[in-house]
Amino acid sequence: MSARKPYVRPMAGWWRRDPFFVEYMVHEGTAFFVWLYALELLAGVLCLAQGKAAWDAYRAFVASVPLLILNAAIFAMMLYHGYTWFKIMPRTLPPMKVGGKRVAGATITALGLGGALVASVLLFGIVWMLTSGGAQ
Amino acid sequence: MNQALKRSHEPIFWLLFGAGGMLAALIGAMLVLITAFAVPLGLLPADAFSYANMLAFAQNLFGKAFILAVVALFFWHAVHRIFHSLHDVGIHAGTGARVLCYGTALAGTLLTVWALWTIGF
Repeated sequence: MSARKPYVRPMAGWWRRDPFFVEYMVHEGTAFFVWLYALELLAGVLCLAQGKAAWDAYRAFVASVPLLILNAAIFAMMLYHGYTWFKIMPRTLPPMKVGGKRVAGATITALGLGGALVASVLLFGIVWMLTSGGAQ
Repeated sequence: MNQALKRSHEPIFWLLFGAGGMLAALIGAMLVLITAFAVPLGLLPADAFSYANMLAFAQNLFGKAFILAVVALFFWHAVHRIFHSLHDVGIHAGTGARVLCYGTALAGTLLTVWALWTIGF
Protein backbone atom coordinates (compact mmCIF):
# COMPACT_ATOMS: atom_id res chain seq x y z
CA MET A 1 0.00 0.00 0.00
CA SER A 2 1.46 3.26 -0.97
CA ALA A 3 1.14 6.32 1.23
CA ARG A 4 -1.31 8.89 -0.04
CA LYS A 5 0.35 11.89 -1.52
CA PRO A 6 -2.41 14.41 -2.03
CA TYR A 7 -1.53 17.40 -4.14
CA VAL A 8 -1.11 20.49 -2.02
CA ARG A 9 -1.03 23.67 -4.01
CA PRO A 10 2.12 25.54 -3.06
CA MET A 11 1.39 28.90 -1.49
CA ALA A 12 4.83 30.51 -1.76
CA GLY A 13 4.59 33.69 -3.80
CA TRP A 14 0.80 33.29 -4.12
CA TRP A 15 0.24 37.00 -4.39
CA ARG A 16 2.44 37.35 -7.47
CA ARG A 17 0.00 35.18 -9.46
CA ASP A 18 -2.65 37.81 -9.92
CA PRO A 19 -2.45 41.61 -10.35
CA PHE A 20 -5.38 41.89 -7.91
CA PHE A 21 -3.33 40.18 -5.19
CA VAL A 22 -0.26 42.27 -6.03
CA GLU A 23 -2.32 45.43 -5.51
CA TYR A 24 -3.61 43.98 -2.23
CA MET A 25 -0.08 43.33 -0.98
CA VAL A 26 1.08 46.80 -2.01
CA HIS A 27 -1.78 48.55 -0.25
CA GLU A 28 -1.26 46.41 2.86
CA GLY A 29 2.45 47.19 2.52
CA THR A 30 1.79 50.91 2.92
CA ALA A 31 1.45 50.08 6.64
CA PHE A 32 5.22 49.53 6.85
CA PHE A 33 5.83 53.06 5.57
CA VAL A 34 3.23 54.52 7.95
CA TRP A 35 5.12 52.70 10.71
CA LEU A 36 8.44 54.17 9.52
CA TYR A 37 6.95 57.67 9.47
CA ALA A 38 5.56 57.21 13.01
CA LEU A 39 9.07 56.15 14.05
CA GLU A 40 10.57 59.23 12.36
CA LEU A 41 8.14 61.53 14.16
CA LEU A 42 8.73 59.72 17.46
CA ALA A 43 12.48 60.32 17.06
CA GLY A 44 11.67 63.98 16.49
CA VAL A 45 9.56 64.42 19.60
CA LEU A 46 12.18 62.56 21.68
CA CYS A 47 14.93 64.84 20.33
CA LEU A 48 12.77 67.89 21.02
CA ALA A 49 12.49 66.76 24.65
CA GLN A 50 16.32 66.50 24.86
CA GLY A 51 16.92 70.16 24.00
CA LYS A 52 18.10 72.39 21.18
CA ALA A 53 21.24 70.49 20.16
CA ALA A 54 19.34 67.20 19.78
CA TRP A 55 16.51 68.91 17.87
CA ASP A 56 18.90 70.64 15.46
CA ALA A 57 20.68 67.33 14.86
CA TYR A 58 17.31 65.70 14.14
CA ARG A 59 16.36 68.39 11.60
CA ALA A 60 19.77 68.02 9.92
CA PHE A 61 19.17 64.25 9.80
CA VAL A 62 15.73 64.74 8.21
CA ALA A 63 17.32 67.09 5.64
CA SER A 64 20.02 64.53 4.70
CA VAL A 65 19.84 62.82 1.30
CA PRO A 66 19.03 59.28 2.55
CA LEU A 67 16.13 60.64 4.64
CA LEU A 68 14.88 62.77 1.74
CA ILE A 69 14.80 59.62 -0.42
CA LEU A 70 13.07 57.65 2.35
CA ASN A 71 10.56 60.43 2.91
CA ALA A 72 9.83 60.58 -0.81
CA ALA A 73 8.97 56.86 -0.65
CA ILE A 74 6.88 57.43 2.49
CA PHE A 75 5.10 60.32 0.74
CA ALA A 76 4.23 58.16 -2.27
CA MET A 77 3.01 55.30 -0.06
CA MET A 78 0.94 57.71 2.08
CA LEU A 79 -0.73 59.00 -1.10
CA TYR A 80 -1.39 55.44 -2.22
CA HIS A 81 -2.70 54.52 1.23
CA GLY A 82 -5.14 57.45 1.10
CA TYR A 83 -6.29 56.50 -2.39
CA THR A 84 -6.89 52.81 -1.54
CA TRP A 85 -8.36 53.66 1.88
CA PHE A 86 -11.18 55.59 0.25
CA LYS A 87 -11.43 53.24 -2.72
CA ILE A 88 -12.11 50.34 -0.33
CA MET A 89 -14.31 52.42 1.99
CA PRO A 90 -17.60 51.54 0.24
CA ARG A 91 -16.90 47.92 1.28
CA THR A 92 -15.53 48.60 4.78
CA LEU A 93 -18.34 50.97 5.73
CA PRO A 94 -21.79 49.66 6.74
CA PRO A 95 -24.35 50.33 3.97
CA MET A 96 -25.07 54.07 3.95
CA LYS A 97 -28.56 55.23 3.12
CA VAL A 98 -29.69 58.74 2.31
CA GLY A 99 -33.41 59.26 1.75
CA GLY A 100 -34.00 55.50 1.67
CA LYS A 101 -31.52 55.01 -1.19
CA ARG A 102 -28.17 53.31 -0.84
CA VAL A 103 -25.27 55.71 -1.41
CA ALA A 104 -23.21 54.60 -4.41
CA GLY A 105 -19.68 53.37 -3.78
CA ALA A 106 -18.22 55.90 -6.18
CA THR A 107 -19.89 58.71 -4.19
CA ILE A 108 -18.34 57.51 -0.92
CA THR A 109 -14.89 57.28 -2.56
CA ALA A 110 -15.25 60.74 -4.11
CA LEU A 111 -16.36 62.24 -0.78
CA GLY A 112 -13.42 60.62 0.99
CA LEU A 113 -10.85 61.80 -1.55
CA GLY A 114 -12.43 65.27 -1.54
CA GLY A 115 -12.30 65.27 2.27
CA ALA A 116 -8.61 64.34 2.19
CA LEU A 117 -7.89 67.18 -0.23
CA VAL A 118 -9.76 69.72 1.93
CA ALA A 119 -8.15 68.46 5.17
CA SER A 120 -4.66 68.57 3.60
CA VAL A 121 -5.09 72.10 2.22
CA LEU A 122 -6.50 73.22 5.58
CA LEU A 123 -3.55 71.67 7.44
CA PHE A 124 -1.02 73.35 5.18
CA GLY A 125 -2.87 76.66 5.57
CA ILE A 126 -2.74 76.40 9.37
CA VAL A 127 0.98 75.51 9.37
CA TRP A 128 1.68 78.33 6.91
CA MET A 129 -0.18 80.83 9.12
CA LEU A 130 1.64 79.61 12.24
CA THR A 131 5.09 79.79 10.65
CA SER A 132 4.91 82.60 8.11
CA GLY A 133 3.75 85.35 10.43
CA GLY A 134 0.12 85.25 9.34
CA ALA A 135 -0.94 84.78 12.95
CA GLN A 136 1.64 87.09 14.51
CA MET B 1 -26.68 30.31 25.95
CA ASN B 2 -22.98 29.80 26.09
CA GLN B 3 -21.87 31.70 29.17
CA ALA B 4 -18.23 31.06 28.37
CA LEU B 5 -18.27 33.30 25.31
CA LYS B 6 -15.23 35.45 25.68
CA ARG B 7 -15.24 39.10 24.79
CA SER B 8 -12.73 39.85 22.07
CA HIS B 9 -10.15 42.61 22.30
CA GLU B 10 -10.29 42.94 18.55
CA PRO B 11 -12.75 45.91 18.36
CA ILE B 12 -10.37 48.12 20.35
CA PHE B 13 -7.43 47.40 18.06
CA TRP B 14 -9.61 47.62 15.00
CA LEU B 15 -10.85 51.04 16.15
CA LEU B 16 -7.26 52.26 16.62
CA PHE B 17 -6.40 50.81 13.19
CA GLY B 18 -9.38 52.57 11.62
CA ALA B 19 -8.74 55.89 13.32
CA GLY B 20 -5.06 55.85 12.34
CA GLY B 21 -5.86 54.76 8.81
CA MET B 22 -8.39 57.55 8.41
CA LEU B 23 -5.99 60.16 9.81
CA ALA B 24 -3.19 58.92 7.55
CA ALA B 25 -5.52 58.89 4.54
CA LEU B 26 -6.71 62.44 5.24
CA ILE B 27 -3.42 64.19 6.09
CA GLY B 28 -0.59 61.62 5.97
CA ALA B 29 0.90 62.69 2.65
CA MET B 30 0.56 66.39 3.51
CA LEU B 31 2.30 65.81 6.85
CA VAL B 32 5.29 64.21 5.09
CA LEU B 33 5.34 67.11 2.64
CA ILE B 34 5.31 69.61 5.53
CA THR B 35 7.86 67.92 7.81
CA ALA B 36 10.33 66.76 5.14
CA PHE B 37 9.98 68.87 1.99
CA ALA B 38 8.25 72.20 2.72
CA VAL B 39 11.39 73.97 3.93
CA PRO B 40 13.81 72.69 1.22
CA LEU B 41 11.19 73.56 -1.43
CA GLY B 42 10.75 77.04 0.02
CA LEU B 43 7.04 76.51 0.76
CA LEU B 44 7.65 77.39 4.40
CA PRO B 45 10.22 79.79 5.91
CA ALA B 46 13.63 78.36 6.83
CA ASP B 47 12.94 78.76 10.56
CA ALA B 48 9.52 77.06 10.38
CA PHE B 49 10.84 74.09 12.37
CA SER B 50 13.29 76.00 14.58
CA TYR B 51 13.72 74.74 18.13
CA ALA B 52 11.82 77.74 19.53
CA ASN B 53 8.86 77.23 17.18
CA MET B 54 8.62 73.48 17.77
CA LEU B 55 9.02 73.85 21.53
CA ALA B 56 6.18 76.39 21.60
CA PHE B 57 4.05 74.04 19.50
CA ALA B 58 4.78 71.02 21.70
CA GLN B 59 4.12 73.03 24.88
CA ASN B 60 0.70 74.07 23.62
CA LEU B 61 -2.10 71.68 24.63
CA PHE B 62 -3.51 71.50 21.09
CA GLY B 63 0.00 70.90 19.79
CA LYS B 64 0.53 68.08 22.30
CA ALA B 65 -2.82 66.49 21.41
CA PHE B 66 -2.01 66.71 17.69
CA ILE B 67 1.47 65.19 18.06
CA LEU B 68 0.18 62.36 20.26
CA ALA B 69 -2.76 61.63 17.97
CA VAL B 70 -0.59 61.47 14.85
CA VAL B 71 2.29 59.42 16.28
CA ALA B 72 0.18 57.00 18.35
CA LEU B 73 -2.59 56.41 15.80
CA PHE B 74 -0.11 55.98 12.90
CA PHE B 75 1.71 53.36 14.99
CA TRP B 76 -1.48 51.49 15.98
CA HIS B 77 -2.78 51.59 12.42
CA ALA B 78 0.47 50.26 10.99
CA VAL B 79 1.06 47.42 13.48
CA HIS B 80 -2.51 46.14 13.21
CA ARG B 81 -2.25 45.96 9.45
CA ILE B 82 1.24 44.44 9.52
CA PHE B 83 0.16 41.84 12.12
CA HIS B 84 -2.82 40.74 10.04
CA SER B 85 -0.71 40.60 6.87
CA LEU B 86 1.83 38.21 8.41
CA HIS B 87 -0.45 35.30 7.53
CA ASP B 88 -0.49 36.44 3.89
CA VAL B 89 3.29 36.17 3.64
CA GLY B 90 3.30 32.73 5.24
CA ILE B 91 4.21 33.64 8.81
CA HIS B 92 2.04 31.98 11.40
CA ALA B 93 1.26 34.87 13.69
CA GLY B 94 1.27 33.75 17.30
CA THR B 95 1.71 35.49 20.62
CA GLY B 96 5.32 36.41 19.86
CA ALA B 97 4.41 38.21 16.64
CA ARG B 98 1.53 39.91 18.43
CA VAL B 99 3.78 41.21 21.20
CA LEU B 100 6.42 42.30 18.68
CA CYS B 101 3.92 44.19 16.51
CA TYR B 102 1.65 45.78 19.08
CA GLY B 103 4.60 46.25 21.44
CA THR B 104 6.21 48.79 19.12
CA ALA B 105 2.94 50.74 19.02
CA LEU B 106 2.57 50.64 22.79
CA ALA B 107 6.22 51.66 23.29
CA GLY B 108 5.86 54.44 20.71
CA THR B 109 2.74 55.75 22.42
CA LEU B 110 4.28 55.69 25.90
CA LEU B 111 7.53 57.31 24.69
CA THR B 112 5.55 60.08 22.99
CA VAL B 113 3.55 60.70 26.17
CA TRP B 114 6.78 60.76 28.17
CA ALA B 115 8.48 63.17 25.75
CA LEU B 116 5.47 65.51 25.66
CA TRP B 117 5.36 65.43 29.47
CA THR B 118 9.11 66.17 29.69
CA ILE B 119 8.75 69.08 27.28
CA GLY B 120 6.33 70.63 29.77
CA PHE B 121 3.51 73.09 29.46
